[in-house]
Amino acid sequence: MAVCIAVIAKENYPLYIRSLPTQNELKFHYTVHTSLDVVEEKISAVGKSVGDQRELYLGLLYPTEDYKVYGYVTNSKVKFVIVVDSSNTSLRDNEIRSMFRKLHNSFTDVMCNPFHNPGDTIQSKTFDGIVSGMMVPPG
Amino acid sequence: SDVTDERLRPLLRSAGDQGLFTSLYTSLAQQLPREPMEWRRTYGRAPKMIHLEANFVQFKEELLPKEGNKALLTFPFLHIYWTDCCDTEAYKSTVKEDMTRWHNSLRAHSSADWVIIVVETNDTKKKNKTNILPRSSIVDKIRSDFCNKQNDRCVVLSDPLKDSSRSQESWNALLLKLRTLLLMSFTKNLGRFEDDMRTLREKRTQPGWSFCEYFMVQEELAFVFEMLQQFEDALVQYDELDALFTQYVLNFGAGDTANWLGSFCAPVRSWSGLLLRRPIDMEKRDGIQRGEASLLDLRSYLFSRQCTLLIFLLRPWEVTQRALELLHNCVQELRLLEVSVLEGALDCWVFLSCLEVLHRIEGCCDPAQLAANCSHTVGLWAYATDKLKSLGELCGLVSEKGPTSEDLNRTVDLLAGLGDERPETVSSLQSPYKKLKEALSSVEAFERHYLELSHAAMEMYRAIGRLRSARLVGKSLAEFYMRKGDPERAEAFLQEAVKSYTSEGWSLPVTHTRKQIAECQKLLGRTEDYLQTSALLAGDGNLTTEERKHFCQEILTFAAKSNDQSHKVTLSMAVFSQLTRLQFRPATASVHSGAVLEAELTLRCLMPVSVRIQQLAVSIHFDLERAGTNGRSKGASRATNPGTVEFSQADPSAGPASSVAAAGPPLELDEIQDRSPSDNSLNSTGVVCKNTHLVMRRHDTGSPPDTANCVSPPALTVKDGAQMLKVQDVTLEPGNNSITFTAGQPGTYTLRQLYATVGQVQFVLPHIYPSVQYEVYSQEPQLTVEPLSEPLLAGLPQTVKFTLLTGHYAVKKGDALQLSNTDTMPILPSASCPARITSPAAELVGESALSIQSSEKVTSISLPATPPYHTLEFHLEVLCIIPHGPDRPANERLTNGEVRHRPRSYSHPDTPMTAIDQRMSIDCPWSIYSTLLALTFYIPFKTKHSVLSAGNRKYIQVCLQNVSDVNFTLAEMQLTEKQHELLELQSLNTKTQQLLCSKHSLFCLWEVRWKDDPPSCLQCVFSANFSPPKQDVSTFKPFHYQFQLERVSTLYSVRAEILPPAGEQHCRCGLLSGLEVCITRLTEATEGEAAEDSKTDADGPKSTKLMYEVADSSSNWAVCGRSSGMVSMPMAADAAHKVRIEVMPLFAGHLPFPKIKVLKYLPHTAAVAIQPDPDSCVENDSLSLLDKALDDQGDTASIRSRGSVHSVGSGDQQPQRGVAMPRLEPFDAGQVFNHSHTQQVLVLPATDDHIMEVNAT
Repeated sequence: MAVCIAVIAKENYPLYIRSLPTQNELKFHYTVHTSLDVVEEKISAVGKSVGDQRELYLGLLYPTEDYKVYGYVTNSKVKFVIVVDSSNTSLRDNEIRSMFRKLHNSFTDVMCNPFHNPGDTIQSKTFDGIVSGMMVPPG
Repeated sequence: SDVTDERLRPLLRSAGDQGLFTSLYTSLAQQLPREPMEWRRTYGRAPKMIHLEANFVQFKEELLPKEGNKALLTFPFLHIYWTDCCDTEAYKSTVKEDMTRWHNSLRAHSSADWVIIVVETNDTKKKNKTNILPRSSIVDKIRSDFCNKQNDRCVVLSDPLKDSSRSQESWNALLLKLRTLLLMSFTKNLGRFEDDMRTLREKRTQPGWSFCEYFMVQEELAFVFEMLQQFEDALVQYDELDALFTQYVLNFGAGDTANWLGSFCAPVRSWSGLLLRRPIDMEKRDGIQRGEASLLDLRSYLFSRQCTLLIFLLRPWEVTQRALELLHNCVQELRLLEVSVLEGALDCWVFLSCLEVLHRIEGCCDPAQLAANCSHTVGLWAYATDKLKSLGELCGLVSEKGPTSEDLNRTVDLLAGLGDERPETVSSLQSPYKKLKEALSSVEAFERHYLELSHAAMEMYRAIGRLRSARLVGKSLAEFYMRKGDPERAEAFLQEAVKSYTSEGWSLPVTHTRKQIAECQKLLGRTEDYLQTSALLAGDGNLTTEERKHFCQEILTFAAKSNDQSHKVTLSMAVFSQLTRLQFRPATASVHSGAVLEAELTLRCLMPVSVRIQQLAVSIHFDLERAGTNGRSKGASRATNPGTVEFSQADPSAGPASSVAAAGPPLELDEIQDRSPSDNSLNSTGVVCKNTHLVMRRHDTGSPPDTANCVSPPALTVKDGAQMLKVQDVTLEPGNNSITFTAGQPGTYTLRQLYATVGQVQFVLPHIYPSVQYEVYSQEPQLTVEPLSEPLLAGLPQTVKFTLLTGHYAVKKGDALQLSNTDTMPILPSASCPARITSPAAELVGESALSIQSSEKVTSISLPATPPYHTLEFHLEVLCIIPHGPDRPANERLTNGEVRHRPRSYSHPDTPMTAIDQRMSIDCPWSIYSTLLALTFYIPFKTKHSVLSAGNRKYIQVCLQNVSDVNFTLAEMQLTEKQHELLELQSLNTKTQQLLCSKHSLFCLWEVRWKDDPPSCLQCVFSANFSPPKQDVSTFKPFHYQFQLERVSTLYSVRAEILPPAGEQHCRCGLLSGLEVCITRLTEATEGEAAEDSKTDADGPKSTKLMYEVADSSSNWAVCGRSSGMVSMPMAADAAHKVRIEVMPLFAGHLPFPKIKVLKYLPHTAAVAIQPDPDSCVENDSLSLLDKALDDQGDTASIRSRGSVHSVGSGDQQPQRGVAMPRLEPFDAGQVFNHSHTQQVLVLPATDDHIMEVNAT
């Protein structure tokens, strides 16, 4: 499953970033931050074709030797980034998509919380739980 | 026949007459691919148009494929027998035999794809004229001999070498036939091949199945497609092989091991990288065929084929993308298969492969295309850079000292694995192989290559706008420089990176990068920068406490180091501690001088340990203008606690503050209404925002939140020479600290900067925002007098409040206020006069009685001792005496020499009461000048008087109106006359007290009686006592009203009578009646009259001229003829004059008499003026001269309405046309007594009236 999951605000600062505790957190911060380059590239590429309804899922942003970085952008330009270990070959595109969908739903719930201030980092335990569920291998 | 031609081609075998074939070969090979053919395919694959090319090979029986041969490439798809035999004999003898042998061998190999071509030339025909059979007969023979029902297997080609239409035609027919047959053969043979291949694939689960074998089979298919130029299909074959292999590796990872995989799990011995320069790397292919290939070999070969095909397909960018995937994948697969690899070997392989792919792409694209597609290649560049770096680190090429012997051994091992350079690149100056070898050869060469790659990667990232990636490469370059001992270059890259992370709010990378920067700065000896960075890191929550303490200690160590003043370091306060709150005591932030104003600052110290601060100072700025609100920020009304200013700052515990909260200025809203111009009705209304340009301003790409460490230290400007509030020796504990400052200097001050000094280090907060002001003020003493209750009523004792704000003056015991006494407003002595002293906070401090001493001129009030900035309050009773006459004493001077201001009564616009201003002059102990204060009193009454007459009897009426808002009790109403002792005023009023309610009037009446002559002038004084109701008698205050009455006695009596028309008993409506007016003189000439009329005729009896006037204002009467006239009246008692005037009643009923007016007629004084006949009445025409006077009387309306002839509209004429004009003057009230006033007469309706008129008024 995912080794790192990040939610990034429209302004590109992290709203939420969590990685497997066993791994070097800093490395993932760098990886996710760099992936924003590709996210922006993809968003702007879509923007050029008018009328084309944008797909939220951006697909594989870029592979590295060790990780695959996937991206997803909500309509309000909040970005989700999921980093998956390259050796984890069992994950298919569809599963990544469904992870993003789950993440988006949970994020929407967080935003619906009247006590949440949009733009603040996400502190929700429910959201944390959802993310944890995606980070540990099933079973 | 060479198969490994540039292009693969399907093979055609030709037999028969080789000489003939050779002569036709060129044109055949050229013309065959000219026309496309539609290729219908099995398995529902879409049909394709293909151009067929062919290789022609001479037939040899031993080359015929054996049964089960899988080699498609060398497979003969079509066998052709060529003959130009036209001689039956020759055919029978040799050709047929040869042909049969050929045909049999074909059949033996079950090859059904053949054709016989008979070439006919005219030459051959001519040569053997005798034996010649018709051409067709040979063909027919062949057909019957070989083509069993397959007549199309024999084709005739006529005159192939001639340029005739017939020849062309036959060529076309031949080509078409060849193509069709070739395709048929393809379809059949390929179909069979594919079926075989699938069968083989299905067996892959069986033991003994070998991937390599299968690989060769499917690749054969790929070759065929490539041969047919169906690159897409060829690529599919390789992709399928790729996927199959990948699946096996994955299955291996999942525990499902295939035997054949064993060979791929062998340790990697060669890492020479991809080789993409050959169309087919036969070396590797052979290795695969032999089952000796390693995983890298297989992958390399597979990719090289894919690459070749993709380039044929003009998809070079897919190559780069696939290459990156492949390289990542290979690394993963080797890991998965647990293949043992020499450390660094894979890095070599990847590095070489990256460069090889890039070279290959560069070889097939022009530079412009390359530049435009950086985004596809940059990944490979970056990957290569990365790998080279790790190789460098591995081989000790990055360290300052250079490689150790161990490193060198490793290098040698790595280079050994590269093998020899490939023959393709041996001669080229630059090749991946040479690059790697060179880079690993020396520290300098490595640096050169590494920098070259890094910069190339960075450039490309920049060019395509991937700045973050570029910075990441830069960061890794910085790390390289750090290892090389070049912190200066490293810092530049790190600074750029940290700027980017800071601006986007990524705190962890910020911390990490900043730590590296700190290291650089320390190495560079840039103390100030290092301390600044250390301060940032010391307060960085992302670091461990130990690390933070370390950085904090760095600062403290420096601070304590030396005492050299020139070596002071100024750092930003923001990273050291945050000003979170400021609270003033008192909350108004405004105190008078001498009092203590405390400002409590709350500083959140970010340091991990407590820090001792030698001095904490706030610089303050003296403001000239006073801000309206003190102790709060300008323009911010959100302060919930007065006197407290909250400084908005990110709360580090709550993570980054919302960017929403920091969204610009508050809205300035205004209501607008759009009204229609015609009727002012509301069309629309709305709200406008006046500062949209500020509110709607785009925030530059969203300012990221101020996370604890995502602040960049601002530029510092220290303002020197400012005034300071200081606190010495404070210890700031981690977290919130309270520090209290004390201010005392008078003035209004704005807090500007905050300084904290720790030894050599000074932390500065350059701006305190929102700006905060406080005020220490100094105030002059102030004395005010105001009514205790509004309004102050004149004539009654009233209480006024004295308020003394002491300001900076301390009232000593014995200080006194000196009030100048005035007659019109005496100060009433009271038994005790308590004074209250209150503090500035309105708390009662003390109460004491005042002593008041009055002398003739001055009232002295001695004050109790009162501290400065306190309020002293006391009440005094004063009485404003109501002025009762117009006569006033002359100006007198006050004790202090000022001219007394006369209290003047005047009517006030807000109240019906008459107001009187009273001024007070007070001498105060703190000033040499007198304080002038004014009080306004109101007279509660309005008085009117009038004379009433009944014949000769006279009555005086006084009307007293209460115009105030309170009720009064009145007593002892009296009227006195001063001059005439014999005059008797008999009161007709009640003796008791009377209540006079607010807004009500009281009428009093006296009859005037006299003994002898009636008085011409009366000086009367009305007096009464009044007090608010239900008060003791002693509280009654007098009220006087003086007035003068003149010409009181009755001079004339007027008596009127209406005489019915002759013969009638009553007046009748519409008939003329007579009005008889009799004016009678009642008295002898009085002195006044004599003086007035002195200009009348001296001879004859004294007479005066009167004018009478009959006027009916209610339109009851029509005056016929003259309505006015003049009579000359002798000034003697009982002299009478009768006038008769014709009047006609207009209505029936009891009609009041018409009004009769009598006026004095004063002729002009000059003799030349018109002299009216004394005995005749003035003509109506001449009355026009009197217009003005008549107008003044206001009763000429009837004259006009009755159709009088005199002109009107003289309103704008001058009221007096000079002294020469005669005048009319009314008599004073009571001088003329009208007996028939309000008398009525009965008028009967006209006899023939059949219309009843009812007049209701």
